[in-house]
Amino acid sequence: MNRIYGSYHAIENPCQEYLNLVFSPSSLPIEQRWRNNDLSAHFLADYFSTFFPVKNGDPATAQRRTEIKSAISFIANELLENAMKYCDGATDAAISLQLQLHNDYVLFVACNGVDSAQAGRFQASIVELLESDPGELFIQRLEAGSEQDDVSGLGFLTMLNDYAAELGWKFEFPEAGLETGKVTATVKIAL
Amino acid sequence: MNTIQSENYKICFDTEAHAVEFHGSLRLNGMAEYAPIFDLLNNACALKPAQPLTLDLRQLEFLNSSGIAMLSKFVIGVRNGEVKLNVLGSTAIPWQGKSLTNLKRLMPDLTLEIRQP
Repeated sequence: MNRIYGSYHAIENPCQEYLNLVFSPSSLPIEQRWRNNDLSAHFLADYFSTFFPVKNGDPATAQRRTEIKSAISFIANELLENAMKYCDGATDAAISLQLQLHNDYVLFVACNGVDSAQAGRFQASIVELLESDPGELFIQRLEAGSEQDDVSGLGFLTMLNDYAAELGWKFEFPEAGLETGKVTATVKIAL
Repeated sequence: MNTIQSENYKICFDTEAHAVEFHGSLRLNGMAEYAPIFDLLNNACALKPAQPLTLDLRQLEFLNSSGIAMLSKFVIGVRNGEVKLNVLGSTAIPWQGKSLTNLKRLMPDLTLEIRQP
């Protein structure tokens, strides 16, 4: 059974320039895996910044490159963190993050395994996010809960508020009642 | 504790300047891992509550959403008290101009300055 939320971008447009990271969530404990988020996000941002060269005498090109690197680094890191947290211990399915460069946008496609309970909670959070003003929901979620509580969905809310991202999600559970399935998140930012 | 340091970041409390300086890249996993930094910020406030505390983020190149949450919860925790906060950012680090404005939304009296490098 498939469920789609938001502006989900299926990988349908041919893309000549993309990178794909795939890894197993269970071969290392999450504490050790976490270190790789820095490496991965930084590598993706650095790699794609090559396509935004800096022209001598034009500071706007340097600024644009810095902003695109910053956006890619943040979004890639958040997607990797989410993937690791949501599937931690729930499934052995591989985590993947693909980053596609198109003429006027960049598309992130992140996929990870998820159990049905996690999927249910995640879907509820997504529905609230899509039905709310993201700026107000950001503040509400921060002000709710205690100082020690983690804040759900802040990464996605930051993508919406600060990077004007288009977000979408697809949940796939091949058979009804199956305990584990997968979720794919797509994040599109205009260039 | 006045300094928290690891491979990727360093946070220092300059007691004379009454400023907490952030260097490097912060991408810790949740409020539990950010607790030492959260405590350093609150201890700095408690030391001299009548003096404005500066958060100097101009060398903080990366902050994940859990870090944004930690800073925000710190601001929420102090906003109804006497403490005045100054937050310094840099125009050279794009996320700061976007994300630090939320701290001012949480605490309108907070002074936010995004400076040229």
